[in-house]
Amino acid sequence: MNITNAKYMTNSDGVNTTVKATIDNIVMDIPLDPANRHYQAIQEWAKIDVNTIEDAD
Amino acid sequence: MTKAAELAKMGEVLTNSQIGGRRNMVINGAMNIAQRATSATGVGGTNEEYPTIDRFNFTTTSAGRFTMTQTADGPTGFANCMKLDCTTADTSISASEALILQTKFEGQDVQQLMYGSSSAQPVTVSFYVKGNANATYTLEWRNEEDGRNIGKTFNVTTDWTRVIITFTGDTGGSAVDDDNTHAFTLGIWLHGGTTFSGGTFAENTWHATNNLRIGDGQTSFFDSTDRTFFITGVQLEVGSVATPFEHRSFGEELLLCQRYFETFGGTAYQPVGMAIGTSGTRDRVNVPFKVQKRAAPTLTVSTDLIISYRVGYDQNITGTADLNISINGAHFAVDHADVGAAARPHFFNSDASSSFGTLTADAEL
Repeated sequence: MNITNAKYMTNSDGVNTTVKATIDNIVMDIPLDPANRHYQAIQEWAKIDVNTIEDAD
Repeated sequence: MTKAAELAKMGEVLTNSQIGGRRNMVINGAMNIAQRATSATGVGGTNEEYPTIDRFNFTTTSAGRFTMTQTADGPTGFANCMKLDCTTADTSISASEALILQTKFEGQDVQQLMYGSSSAQPVTVSFYVKGNANATYTLEWRNEEDGRNIGKTFNVTTDWTRVIITFTGDTGGSAVDDDNTHAFTLGIWLHGGTTFSGGTFAENTWHATNNLRIGDGQTSFFDSTDRTFFITGVQLEVGSVATPFEHRSFGEELLLCQRYFETFGGTAYQPVGMAIGTSGTRDRVNVPFKVQKRAAPTLTVSTDLIISYRVGYDQNITGTADLNISINGAHFAVDHADVGAAARPHFFNSDASSSFGTLTADAEL
């Protein structure tokens, strides 16, 4: 997977519930489920120093 | 026929015929379900990609590329097969390169194998293959939790051949977690470097050594753009006997696949979900999944989808927000150009334009 950006998104209660990320040039909404393969990949991606999951607005 | 002979015959029938039922642990082994697409070009550039046929993906690290298609060219009794057609060769194989065609299993679906105990069961894998020319590839059964593998080479010719391989149960590894995570992979090594082939390969022997994963005489699928590989009828069953392929109905197989991937829309005016306007430029939508997912799925929501707010009046959505995604469905907001009054029920549909739009829910392993 080629992840180019990732940002936390909140639900209407202001709680982080998903990450909006661009993976392989496709925008995806990814739940914070440890069993989700895209979320797993984002966690690995974020371990690399230059990569950060942006905070929600 | 004596009573003993009658009982023996009955046992043979139950074991070797379709009466047994529910023997095949592989989903979509007959390659009949292709929700994403029936053909994809340039495959190989994206690791862990699911390009076409459901439940089959690739580990890939190579400059080689191929076209993957669901093809109506199966052996007798099979309507479909998977065809891989090399389009970019890679004859300079660096050590860490790999191309593995694979399907994956949840831990809770392999508990009956009793791995990590003295009762560990053998499994028998069978499938039909052919190619453009003779070739040798490696079949691998891998425990993802403890990193132990077992493998055996098999041959491909230009005619459909049924390959049958039995792997012994692993008494030396660890027990498999009884959960929804990725526990096992059934893979076919089609290409690989010395990182995976540098050691002395021992067939049908459990090990945890990376350089023993590819067998002797392995062919590289990327050795020529002439290279093709066809496969169907993939079956994995408990025990040391290969029984006839267990054909399941299309509808049943589709439901099994939809635990891992589901698509909405794709043709004109298909319902995706119900919506209610919360302002002139935003709706909240409910998308119930047809099948409960393995895990909360990733959503990909096309901006070709529309909110239908009056008969004959639609607005394409421009994005998503406020998402709540579970294994049963999704509830979220979609933004769009102003449709006037709020607090009215709307439809969330695919468009009638040529691109239609889709929403996909991906919970693959």
